[in-house]
Order: sequence, then structure tokens, then C-alpha cells
Amino acid sequence: MTPGLKVLSPGLHTTVQDLGRIGYQDIGVPVSGALDGFGLRLANALVGNPHGTATLEILVSGPVLETAADSARLALVGTGASLGVRGENPRVVGAGQSLTVQRGDIVQIALGRQSACCYLAVEGGIAVPKVLGSASTYVRAALGGLNGRALQRDDVVPLALACASRRTELRAPAPPPAPANQPIRVVLGPQQKYFGKEALATLLGAEFRVSKDADRMGMRLDGPVLRHRRGWDIVSDAIATGSIQVPGSGQPIVLLADHQTTGGYPKIATVISADLPAVGRRRPGDPLRFVSVELEAAEEICREAEREFGKLVAALEPAPKGGNLDLGSLHDENLISGVTTGLE
Amino acid sequence: MRLRYLSAGDRALVVEFGDRVDRGLSELVLRLDMIIRSSPPVGIVETVPTFRSLAIYYDPLLTSRGELQRTIGPLLDRGHNPRAGARLWHVPVCYEGEFAPDLAEVARLTGLTPNKVVALHSGTRFHVYMLGFLPGFPYMGDLPPQLELPRRADPRVHVPAGSISIATSLTAIYPYESPGGWHLIGATPIRMFDPERPEPALFAPGDAVSFQPIDPAAFASIRRAVKNRTYEVECAPIVL
Repeated sequence: MTPGLKVLSPGLHTTVQDLGRIGYQDIGVPVSGALDGFGLRLANALVGNPHGTATLEILVSGPVLETAADSARLALVGTGASLGVRGENPRVVGAGQSLTVQRGDIVQIALGRQSACCYLAVEGGIAVPKVLGSASTYVRAALGGLNGRALQRDDVVPLALACASRRTELRAPAPPPAPANQPIRVVLGPQQKYFGKEALATLLGAEFRVSKDADRMGMRLDGPVLRHRRGWDIVSDAIATGSIQVPGSGQPIVLLADHQTTGGYPKIATVISADLPAVGRRRPGDPLRFVSVELEAAEEICREAEREFGKLVAALEPAPKGGNLDLGSLHDENLISGVTTGLE
Repeated sequence: MRLRYLSAGDRALVVEFGDRVDRGLSELVLRLDMIIRSSPPVGIVETVPTFRSLAIYYDPLLTSRGELQRTIGPLLDRGHNPRAGARLWHVPVCYEGEFAPDLAEVARLTGLTPNKVVALHSGTRFHVYMLGFLPGFPYMGDLPPQLELPRRADPRVHVPAGSISIATSLTAIYPYESPGGWHLIGATPIRMFDPERPEPALFAPGDAVSFQPIDPAAFASIRRAVKNRTYEVECAPIVL
């Protein structure tokens, strides 16, 4: 039988994603791929995969999966997320380290309040066929992933490996604590000229909030409206991931992984690529501030982020035996009631 | 209007030739695209031609906007070669009954008879400006001026796949069922997008398209052939 992870409960929106479908935007196919590419790559590094291997992207609420393989090495990455295991060796393991589960073990993913998304990598990867060079799921056109859609109860997520290799479990060194509501860096444009000084000052000075209208295509922001100076219809042009589109309502929308390849609203600014993961992690209700940087600085920040990622992967260290999670702090936040049920 | 370079973040350089839907601008966009594709400078990830600009996606780990601009500048002067690779497609369309839910309204709004609307639409050879909105969705123009209408005030939640639509100076085909605000004047049984094909999208930017009226019986028989993968849309190479 094909090794897999059986879906006992799918979570809110769990999809197979990799780093995206590159090279088909000219025929209208969105890039898709992970909202937080950094998280996906780190999860893969922890289980020894090439960094762009297909993983599960888990949004807002996590799935429950049954191990239908002899064994499987897993790693979850996502701030505040945790992975509970029910079986012969029950435990709760925090994000940022690998572990191996055995046939029949039940794996339950819980997200914290700090991140809207987390990534579950499996050693060897998820064995769905690539469509146009990528395993990423694009639900709107039913491309890629598991049958082109989000996971459903009783699906079996096929795995490339029937059992985990013999190797040391790894963990990532604790990241430095990120300041809360760190501003998101943008490069102005490409259509900042459609807006007056006042709208630009509002974009860079005001606090916005992620509205409930947020998905893999984009997040609409609540907050002050951004008024156009020259109308809001432009001749449709290409849309880059991270561009902040302002339709007639003046309510900005940050366009994310599944955004349409082209569109007809002016884009006042574009989130720099190094900060896209931080945007992808924001949850509805979270605050959002923007600060602008010059293009050359954004390119250099991108290169620096890549060097930092290389250092992080080089610094992966053997994980301690058993779970390492600070259960007390999770209980304080009342985050793991679902996970602890059946473990105690 | 002069050429402008715009950044869309640190991974996209937009070369903008103008701000109108215009065949001349489209040719400039498509020619630059063809030149870049024939020998892509280091660090280019992909290019996306649109009505009036070419978006060049790049990897800042391998190049920079400054470097790309220096490389691309000299390529712009080489726009006098004929554009190769384009094709003329003949697309079967049923403009009747349930296939054309907005035909009567379009006739009323334009002051033409339904037959005249169909004659104008099927008598025009269209240019594929770009693909976008959905995989394989072609934006084609230009409509005869008598057929120009604003989008519907009340967009539909479900536009059926295969719908032939018009709005402003453009016509399009919906490859998938989707929401949409254009007027639906017909439907085609052909498959606009199929990831299994070597070229997943039927049309490419720069192709030409003409529509051939068919009746509901022909629609049904072509649809069967499409399902069995025994139907090929008629097409011929053209040089521009």
C-alpha cells in the first residue's frame, strides 16, 4: 500500500504547497506556493529535504492525521505552533524540530495565536504529481496538490518514503524574539502616481488591520481609506506578489501567493520579498504598519535574508530526546486543550 | 508617451510603453518579450506581456534592476524584425439561445439586431493582447466600435466555462466557470486550458483569432469530440 498520512480531520484549509509554479504567469497561471516560503524551506531543512520539497501548508486551524506508513519523519515550522502525537509514545513537540512517528500514530497540529500559517514537512516529501513543474495547489483552477483542492476527511496524503531514514533529529536554534507588529517594508509603486501625498502618508503612517476577508489570494485591510488622485481604473497590467492594490473603495488589498497574474486597479506599493513571509503569517484582526525602503535597499535586504537563512540551516543542531515543549506556557495561553486531550 | 521603467517590488521590473489598449503598443511589448525569451539575460525568472507593458520577474540573488535595465535598454532598438510564432485560430461559437444569455440585451443597448451583433463579432479578426484573470483567459481586441459597452452593472456569480464575452473594446473566452461582469453573447465547446497539453493555454499573446458561428447540434458534436480528445481547433501560422 502507498505510504501516506490519512486525514482524520482536515483543518480549516490545508493544502500541498512548494515554492510555486514558476514560468506560467504569461498564460494566466498564478505562482501559488507557500505564503511563508521561509517556513516551508526551514521545515524541509529539518527533515533533510531539498528546500523546495512539497509540504502541507496549514492555515488557521490544524488537521489531525494518522500515520499510514511504517514510520515518517516530520517537522513543523510556524511560530507558536505545536504537534501532538497519540500512540505508543505520546508527546507534544514544538515547532522547529524534527521527530519520527510510527504506523498508527495520530498527529494533531495546533496553531498558536502568533501565526496564521505553519508548514508540515515529511522526510522524502509529499508524493503528489507535479503539474506545470510544481506540486502547489491552486484551488480556483484545480491545479496541483491532492486533486487540485484542500485536504478533506479520509484523504490519504501520499508520501515518497515508506519509512524514516536513520538519522539524528534536528532542531532550529531559537530565533531572536521578533518585536510585535514590526512594520512591513514596501517599495512604492508601480502606480504610486495614481495617489496624492495624503494617501502615501496614510499608507506609511497609519495602522491597518487584517480584515476577515483574507485568503491565499490576498488580504483586504481595514483602516483609513487611500484616496486616488487619478481614478482607479488602469489598463490591466501584471501583478507581483506583495503588491498593494487599491480598488475604488480605497480599502487596500495585499496580493498574496494565489493572486491573479494581471489586474486593473492601481498598486500603490509592493511588499519587499524578504517581508512576504511576515505578511503571510498575519491573522485576521492583526495590526499591520508599512514603511517604505528604496528599491536597491530592498534587493540588498533580500540577499541578506538569504545569507541569514543559510546561517540558520548551518546552525541546525541535534534535538533533545522526547518533547521539548514548554507545556506550562501553552496551558497559560490555553492553546493546546485539543492536543492534550487523550495524552493525559 | 515615452518608455518608463517601474519597479513592482524587488523581483519585478515593468517596462511600460504607454497607458492605452493599443495594437502598436502591444507589438512593442510582444517584440521585446520575444527578444528576451530568445536569449534571456542572467537572473530572469519569467516575463509577462500585458496590453501596454512587459513585466520582467527576476531573482535579486542573481541580478538587480539596475543590471537588467542596462541589459534591456539596447534590446529595445531591435524592434523591426517580424514577430514569428504567431497563429490564426478559428474558434467555433454558438451564438444561439441558452449559449447567448446577453445577446438580446447587447442588441438592445447597441441599437443593433442580434444577427448584426453576431455578424460584427464573427466578422472581426481579433488580436490576443494578453492572458490573465484565469489560466488561459485571453483578452482580445479590438471590437468594432458599434459593439463597445461598459461591463454589466451587476456581475454574475457564475459564468459558465466556454462563454464568449464582450466588454469595453475587448472580447474574451472564460476557460473555467467563474464570477464575471462581461456580456455573454455565445459559447464555444473547445478547451481553452489543459495542463496535460505541451502548450497548456490554447492561445498565446500575439496570436490572432476569428470566430465561426455554429448551431447547437454542431456545438454538441464538437463538445463530444473535445471530451474524447479527437477535436483539434483549426489554426495556421502567421507572420506579423
